[in-house]
Amino acid sequence: MSTLTYAVHDSMTMLRRNIKHALRYPAVSLGPAMMPILMLLLFVYAFGDSIGAGLPGNGGRSAYLEYLTPGVIIMGVAAGAMSTSIAVCQDMTEGIVNRFRTMNITRSSFMTGHVVGSVLTTLVSLILVVAVALALGFRPSATPVEWLAAAGLITAIAFAVAWLSAALGLISKTVESASNKPLLIQFLPFLGSAFVPAGTMAPGLRWFAENQPFTPMTETLRGLLTGSAIGNDGWISLAWCAGIALVGYAWSRTLFNGTTKR
Amino acid sequence: MPSSVMPTTTRNGGPQSPGVGADAISAVGLRKSYGDKTVLDGIDLRIPAGSVFALLGPNGAGKTTTVQILSTLIAADGGQAQVAGHDVATSPAGVRAAIGVTGQFAALDDLLTAEENLLLVADLLRLGKREGRKRAKELLERFDIADVAGNRAATFSGGMRRRLDIAMTLVGDPRVIFLDEPTTGLDPRSRRTMWETVRSLVAGGVTIFLTTQYLEEADQLADRIAVLDGGRIVAEGTSDELKAQIPGSHVRLRFNETDEYERAAAAFPGAVGALRDDEELTLRIAGDGDLAALRTLFDRLDAAGVRAADFSVHTPDLDDVFLALTGDGGTGAALHVKETQR
Repeated sequence: MSTLTYAVHDSMTMLRRNIKHALRYPAVSLGPAMMPILMLLLFVYAFGDSIGAGLPGNGGRSAYLEYLTPGVIIMGVAAGAMSTSIAVCQDMTEGIVNRFRTMNITRSSFMTGHVVGSVLTTLVSLILVVAVALALGFRPSATPVEWLAAAGLITAIAFAVAWLSAALGLISKTVESASNKPLLIQFLPFLGSAFVPAGTMAPGLRWFAENQPFTPMTETLRGLLTGSAIGNDGWISLAWCAGIALVGYAWSRTLFNGTTKR
Repeated sequence: MPSSVMPTTTRNGGPQSPGVGADAISAVGLRKSYGDKTVLDGIDLRIPAGSVFALLGPNGAGKTTTVQILSTLIAADGGQAQVAGHDVATSPAGVRAAIGVTGQFAALDDLLTAEENLLLVADLLRLGKREGRKRAKELLERFDIADVAGNRAATFSGGMRRRLDIAMTLVGDPRVIFLDEPTTGLDPRSRRTMWETVRSLVAGGVTIFLTTQYLEEADQLADRIAVLDGGRIVAEGTSDELKAQIPGSHVRLRFNETDEYERAAAAFPGAVGALRDDEELTLRIAGDGDLAALRTLFDRLDAAGVRAADFSVHTPDLDDVFLALTGDGGTGAALHVKETQR
């Protein structure tokens, strides 16, 4: 077997381990889906009518559902960050990681297994979110190709967020702090166009909202699912994903190779 | 083993089992510090293949750091080390292929069952499905956890976790095994089971590097013992050699009067010289305290016309060695000898 085959084999073994964890504790693995679903229900039924009235076209609740769903999906991707950093930190604070490190296996497989596992569970939990949105009356205009592109975009975002949160898990000394650090990532979609158009925000915040990564991602997904204008946002989103993934990967790699906890 | 020799690789990836007398582990001048704190201050080790080596020391002596360096978990700041013929710094993969490590904290996956834990390791060793299952089954039976193979490790008792941990270490048939305080926190029964395990491993030709704070454990298991204190090896040898390093068996005589004490001291000059403790008016006279030796001793006292107020016979054990060598710089050995009356 070549080095690459080893790397793939070891990463698959690690991935199977993480999938086993996810299947065994669905409450933990699908937990991140709960927040976006609750937000969806809350915003649509409590605030939807009045926020929808403020949207262009004065569409009310159903228009807001259409506006909000892509934003909530993006929020769901960001919410997956927490379970990644918790899982990584948990492994790091327990003895098992030292067993992996003293075995002749591909070093990166440990992190790769976590990241790919995290992307998969995020995708599954997003299926739940979309199902709830459809049940509430969300009627996307996307063609199959647009659905595919949307899935690709979500996977890319989930991948980038997972590498970054894996690094956050590595710098956390306790599981508690590992669950707190990604809150920043989770909160970021609120300060973007996920819930209301960035253009309606106060000037300083508007500048931030327009220039932070989750806004172009939300706008791209919204365009793919509901047919709104995408413009350059697609490329900007992919560039953000590549940048975040690279930084997260390089950071995780340095941290994992350089530290031994305990 | 010269590094130019590159024997054919076994399944474990390491060189073929070194011949009798070859060193499984050797280290020269290992140093490690964290910030200002020097943890290891120049450690030399030579551990022949097929032997059990115990690194004995109090908490914080640097035992775990030594294991971490030798098992490639951390890099040393200075010095060199070879494990199973591979340099830990330049050929960590070769080292990892030959070793098994059981750390101070059970290295298992709590969310997986015992069997799944073993299969995980087998998968990572790329044993293949059939071989992996066979190894897992063997080890589950050998370590008496076959009946709970389907239970999650999280539900296991301390002793069972250790057994599973060791079983996971053995999946790959390592030639060199590191056991970092393997019995810390175990009840006496589990401790004895672990000792039996270690003995059976040695019988199979494996080299074992053991760290422990329990003197009895080192005494029971190890061919050679090194005492680590403050980042330095303060003594090394077999259990008997170590015991011989500190004041051996001796008889203590205590007197009530200073002049009696002085006359008695004068009766044991030179070679049979007594160690004086002027404050306590106590003499310590070397000798193993058997009847003949005691009779000679008392005869001398009688000849000098003094009577001891009190006498006791002391035999050193590893506790004495440990206490004498560790702690206050290890210099005042004689002063630290534990007062065990036998």
